[in-house]
Amino acid sequence: MKCRKCGESAVIELRRHNTAYCADDFVAFFRHYTVETIRKWKMFEKEEPILVAVSGGKDSLALWDVLTLEGYRTTGLYLDLGIDEYSKGSRAKCEAFASERGAKLEVIPVIEEVGASIPEVQIATRRPTCSACGLSKRYLTNQAALARGFAVVATGHNLDDEAATLFGSVLRWQEEALSRQSPVLPASSPKLARRVKPLFRLTELETAAYSFLRGIDYIVEECPFSKGATSLHYKEVLNRLEAHAPGTKHAFLLGYLDRIRPAFKRGQEVTLRECIRCGQATTSELCAFCRLVDEVSHKSHTISGPVSAGA
Amino acid sequence: MIVVLRNPDREVRLAGRHRVKELLQELKVIPETVLVIRGKELLTSDQVVGEDDVIEVRPVISGGVR
Repeated sequence: MKCRKCGESAVIELRRHNTAYCADDFVAFFRHYTVETIRKWKMFEKEEPILVAVSGGKDSLALWDVLTLEGYRTTGLYLDLGIDEYSKGSRAKCEAFASERGAKLEVIPVIEEVGASIPEVQIATRRPTCSACGLSKRYLTNQAALARGFAVVATGHNLDDEAATLFGSVLRWQEEALSRQSPVLPASSPKLARRVKPLFRLTELETAAYSFLRGIDYIVEECPFSKGATSLHYKEVLNRLEAHAPGTKHAFLLGYLDRIRPAFKRGQEVTLRECIRCGQATTSELCAFCRLVDEVSHKSHTISGPVSAGA
Repeated sequence: MIVVLRNPDREVRLAGRHRVKELLQELKVIPETVLVIRGKELLTSDQVVGEDDVIEVRPVISGGVR
């Protein structure tokens, strides 16, 4: 297979674009596509400081790499979830990435903010792990952005992530989730940073290939709590469809964003207020994060005393 | 050839030469969900891998909350 641009040997075939690229031309394509997404969707301007939420995985490190190469002003934010060896490994990947590029990385241990690590939260509250983890990530990333003066948080969500989320929301007709799904979530309150997803038009295969070809040392192991996650089943279904009809995931997501979402959005406007305890934006009196912290604190004391590490 | 699979890490030994596309079919892997790696190079579906090659089939799909 030959690169459609230069005729050299191809290293990746992009069936949805009916093309193939050599390493150099694929990296150039990936960078251009990301910058075009940022510009077309008005995510942020060149001079704006960007807080990049990094996990040590292929997507967020690929995003941080592109933004750095393209001259954006970035700071990485790593949330240490306290998931034993997995967190130690992923944190080390982020620190090595930042150190090699002279980039600034902030690390926040979740245990200091929630009162327990993510595995301990699951034990104390019996909530699904991914639910407590997602809630904590969104809250703490936003809090960190506001405290450090960042108006924008960029995350590494890719086309597969977004298509799988949409697929799940459609299957259960979750109107609120459908109205919220967007590559740009504007700062709808002074207490919310804008959240953007510059990789949302690139597939997981493409972000992995980019990271590999750029020599990014990312964590290949999966979070131990993601085993059996519903999103993985959705991704598998979508990838089977994609294998038969390349471009299906892109058409599904972009078609929704362009043509259907405006109708959902109009019917789902919500009023935000400030949480009576922490002051962050919420639709209720006490925000979901403060309720989670209360739950952890209450249950860990009533069941077996304070939650200890490694419980 | 030795095929290294990940999550969990394991190895499969296959005899003979294979086109990457056929290798993935044999392993029942959807091509859109993996990188096929030989040393420092990415392989496309039409490339042939030989008896003495060590091939990594690295999944690209992440799950859970992002």
